[in-house]
Amino acid sequence: MSNRSLLVVAVAAVALSAAACQKQPEVAPVPAVNTDSINAANERARLEAERIARERAEADRIARERAEADRIARDKAEAEARARAAMAAARAAFATAIYFDLDKSELTSEARAALDAKLPLLRANPNVRIRVAGHADDRGSDEYNVALSQRRAAAAKRYLVDQGIPADRIDVAGFGEERPAMQGSGEDVWSKNRRDEFEIIVGGETLRLP
Amino acid sequence: MNHTIRSIPSVVVALGSAAVLSLVLAAPLRAQEPSQGVRIGLTYSAGTRPGLYVLPLRGANADSIRAIITRDIDFGDRISVIAPDSGVPVTGRLNYPLYGRLGAAAILQLSMNAAGGLHVVVHEVGAGRVIHTKDYPIAGSTFSPDWRMSLHAIADEIERQVTGVPGIAATRVLFVRGGALWQIDSDGHGAKPVAGAASALGPVWHPSGTMVAYTEMRDDGTHVLVRDLVSGSVRRVSRRAGANSSPAFSPDGKTLAYSSGEDGTDLFSVALDGSADETRITVGRGSTNSQPTFAPDGRRVAFTTSRLGRPEIYITDSDGANPELLTTSGFGDQLYRADPSWSPDGRFVAFSTQIEGRFQIATIGLRDRAVKQHTIEKVNEDPSWAPDARHLVFTSNRSDVKQLWVLDTESGRLRQLTHGPASRMAAWSPRLSTAR
Repeated sequence: MSNRSLLVVAVAAVALSAAACQKQPEVAPVPAVNTDSINAANERARLEAERIARERAEADRIARERAEADRIARDKAEAEARARAAMAAARAAFATAIYFDLDKSELTSEARAALDAKLPLLRANPNVRIRVAGHADDRGSDEYNVALSQRRAAAAKRYLVDQGIPADRIDVAGFGEERPAMQGSGEDVWSKNRRDEFEIIVGGETLRLP
Repeated sequence: MNHTIRSIPSVVVALGSAAVLSLVLAAPLRAQEPSQGVRIGLTYSAGTRPGLYVLPLRGANADSIRAIITRDIDFGDRISVIAPDSGVPVTGRLNYPLYGRLGAAAILQLSMNAAGGLHVVVHEVGAGRVIHTKDYPIAGSTFSPDWRMSLHAIADEIERQVTGVPGIAATRVLFVRGGALWQIDSDGHGAKPVAGAASALGPVWHPSGTMVAYTEMRDDGTHVLVRDLVSGSVRRVSRRAGANSSPAFSPDGKTLAYSSGEDGTDLFSVALDGSADETRITVGRGSTNSQPTFAPDGRRVAFTTSRLGRPEIYITDSDGANPELLTTSGFGDQLYRADPSWSPDGRFVAFSTQIEGRFQIATIGLRDRAVKQHTIEKVNEDPSWAPDARHLVFTSNRSDVKQLWVLDTESGRLRQLTHGPASRMAAWSPRLSTAR
């Protein structure tokens, strides 16, 4: 086709199309949808969401489990600490010395209260054997003090036996003035040395709490 | 010093043919008194101390030998020793009136003999003659414990020749230092621990001088042990649990009394050869009964008891009959009396008594119950009699640290026996050796 004829065709086409536009609205051409790519994108998004959800759930689960484990551990530690404290308190109550007046082996009211505090541990642990060790300050006769300190230990044993602790669970010994709790002289020292000390000699490793 | 020599009946006792130093165990005290009809020693006024002039001595270790013997005689407190530090040995006839003017009633002339022993001559100044002459061997190597004990025994015999009563130099004192058993010679030399007795309280001597008893303290309580000092063997006498303490041998050496009990303590007596069952001496009903000490005849026992509340000293027959309060006490008496020790002559019980809150040493006469206080300075406690029934060893803190001190109850003279770490719970031995 010659250039001239092309021009004609083109003019005609323009005129035709202009006439058409003016006369009736043409329907806009609908782009063809590529569903495959949309589906693929959707799938990717879904998978991503699922992955995130899964990871979040996993993280939550781990966090929950960790929190639970922490709680359990904390509870356990607290329980153990409570038990330890209770045991320490029970042992301390048991190990608390009792004190006597000069040249006396009679129990004071404070001494009886201190002995009462030892009873729960002794009752909860019927296999435990103890030793009561009596002591004296260094003012009396050295040898007489051996016998005096023995009487002091025996006084504590008698009281515990009267409270229902079998006598064969309690050993007693008197050490006179030979093993002072405090060195020196003066009533502050002497009053700390006129004492009974308490020691678990059998069953101390497997104590049960009252 | 003017000692009145009233008469001169001194007799040299026949001492056996051989001039041998016999290291024999001390016999019971009365056996050592001169037998009837024989008197030894100068005669001098009661209450005075005869002067003894100790002449110089020449030879190996002469100064040490003379010093030891002189000190022993001085510590006996029955003789005034006149011992110049220097001078040449005197030979030939002594100028007796000259020594008399120096205050000497007797003269001690020592010389080393060819056998390495000691030649002893005792002169009586008033009579102007020799009253004792004898050669004594000296045991052991120089300065060893045996060597020292030989000299102590010679000193005791010289004292017997002069006064009629042997000295107390050939003795030792058991005591407790740092919780362990120790012993020391009566002149303060040779302090050493008794091997194997690392835990000991309240030691006492067997009358033989070869055994001791004491309380051993262990974590499970106290027990009474008897130890043979020669073999080192030990056996436990107490069988009961609880407090077992304060042993005392009977004067015949056959039984041991001690304190035992779990709730209150009583005195028990056990035959050392196991021939008889243990017997109970006191019935204390929960009170403390401890620290038995036998009369020299073995028939009675003094002890400490809390049966009246405060500790007091009682006397009982050794079978437990007739217990009675020994130390009299007035109404409201708050005294604390303990640590009784019966004198070897039977006449006194020494004890500790609390005066103004501090212990002091006192004695009470068995016949008249008269109490005499012997100490006043600081705390003094736990007396034990020497075999002469005149000297006491006790614990005192007068030098700040507790140490053993020796008191002559007749003159009041005091000397410190131990030095160094704290020492207490003394027990004076019987005579461990005699030189006859």
